[in-house]
Amino acid sequence: MKKFSLGKAFVPVVGAVALIYLLVPIVHVIVFSFNDAGRNNILWRGFTLRNWQNPCGAPQVCTAFGNSILIGVVATVIATVLGTMIAIALVRYRFKFRSTVSLLLFTPMATPEVVLGAGLAAQFLLAGVEKGIGTIILAHTMFCISYVVVAVKARVASLDPAIEEAGRDLYAGPGQVFWRITLPMLMPGIIGAALLSFALSFDDFIITNFNSGTATTFPKFIYVSALKGVPAQANVLASIVFVGALLLVIIVQVVRINNQKRLAAR
Amino acid sequence: MAFTAFAGDTKTVDQAPKKRGWIVLILLAPGIAYMLLFFVAPFIQLAITSLQAPAESGGIGQYVGAFEFSNYWLALQEYWPQLLRSFVYAIVATIVGLAISYPLAYLIGVKVRSKPMLQGILLILVVAPFFISFLLRTLAWKSILPSDLIGTHFSVIFGLIYNFIPFMVLPMFASLQALDLRLLEAGSDLYASPVTTFRRITLPLSIPGIVSGTLLSFIPMSGDYVNASREFLGGTSTTMIGNVIESNFLQTQNYPMAAVLSIILMAIILVIVATYVRKSGAEDLL
Repeated sequence: MKKFSLGKAFVPVVGAVALIYLLVPIVHVIVFSFNDAGRNNILWRGFTLRNWQNPCGAPQVCTAFGNSILIGVVATVIATVLGTMIAIALVRYRFKFRSTVSLLLFTPMATPEVVLGAGLAAQFLLAGVEKGIGTIILAHTMFCISYVVVAVKARVASLDPAIEEAGRDLYAGPGQVFWRITLPMLMPGIIGAALLSFALSFDDFIITNFNSGTATTFPKFIYVSALKGVPAQANVLASIVFVGALLLVIIVQVVRINNQKRLAAR
Repeated sequence: MAFTAFAGDTKTVDQAPKKRGWIVLILLAPGIAYMLLFFVAPFIQLAITSLQAPAESGGIGQYVGAFEFSNYWLALQEYWPQLLRSFVYAIVATIVGLAISYPLAYLIGVKVRSKPMLQGILLILVVAPFFISFLLRTLAWKSILPSDLIGTHFSVIFGLIYNFIPFMVLPMFASLQALDLRLLEAGSDLYASPVTTFRRITLPLSIPGIVSGTLLSFIPMSGDYVNASREFLGGTSTTMIGNVIESNFLQTQNYPMAAVLSIILMAIILVIVATYVRKSGAEDLL
């Protein structure tokens, strides 16, 4: 086994360097949430817990944060429902424009955000729709649908149809088969897709910037205040999200590894 | 589809596709209607807007219906340096990013495969940046990097590579994770050197991951305007086409110019992606 390793030290060394590259800014963001600085959170001025005691202390920061959560939840719910339906249709059924439908869902992922953002903004302009939280939700749902379809499709494709057949053999109607068998078995894929969708929506800046009007989201708040200095409270809120998401993923991974071990033990 | 590699290593069960017209219609209609309304229609709108002429009144954001194909020529004449710079940045960042990401993906997908716990930890570390706002992370680099580096080509490319490494590592990891290690053993049994085994077996089998990873980062990189903007890692000499589109649309409200540049950006990306996919022999991925 040792013989074909790609240069014994090379891979671990480059891998470690790449991981440090990825993680250094995260550590920086978290450390600077404890910085005793006002608006201009660029230089280290000493340790304080003040920012953590009052995360909404800076003007607008919690409004923006709340908006991002609201937008993320609504866009995720719509995108997950619509995307799951499309994914089932694409894997399970044969129909005339199947490859066209695939292309339609793939193209948004292969389009730079600036083009998606400008196109939607031009459309809202022509339709006379005033930009705000509503238009941000419409925009986010659009690109989230594509990612949901890709993620759920993989799950649908790995389902064994024999299990559903067994359900039918036991006289379950089509509706019962779907709600009692198909949907529960798709759930891990659907939950994964929803989390991905929420993460993409929550962190999106470019498309949001084109379609937000005067509404503020968390990324837009950071962008706008970047010039004057981002308040340390933004670091606090980002750190809370980071720790929460990290815990969630660790739990999912532990469950996954345990399941694998249990399967292997059989 | 190239991007399905992103979803991981689930295996496909053979499912005979059924024909049932009305169910398909119910499943597809809402989502497809949504995409037609908020993806296709805006694209058409962008193409139409790109041909409009500025209004006589000269008011900001005003334009009149026209078929000014010369808009394209004018846009290229005025903004070719920013267009060129965007693609040079994106190509350099993709190549360097590949050189950093591939060994990391190899480490996680092949070297530590026998240790699921360590593999899990490394994977979490790769996706960890997704959980913290990319704008704050980019600003962090601004305060970590020496200040005389900020605003240079180096800092912008550095930021682009940084922002898109996870997008590269994940598909490459999915490819390498699916690699059958017995093939490598067979290679060494047949007296192939580690380098030959890598070049003849590992590399060809991980091409799908390399193609989707590089595309997943190259496309957004070429349209990015956060890294190159002056508030972040850029300066006056690092403006990318995304910055130009943004300022034309949101600041000067020259909608036709913003639309023309968007269409040109998209067209160049399509040509580059099509050529790249054909050259890499990965057509059936799309």
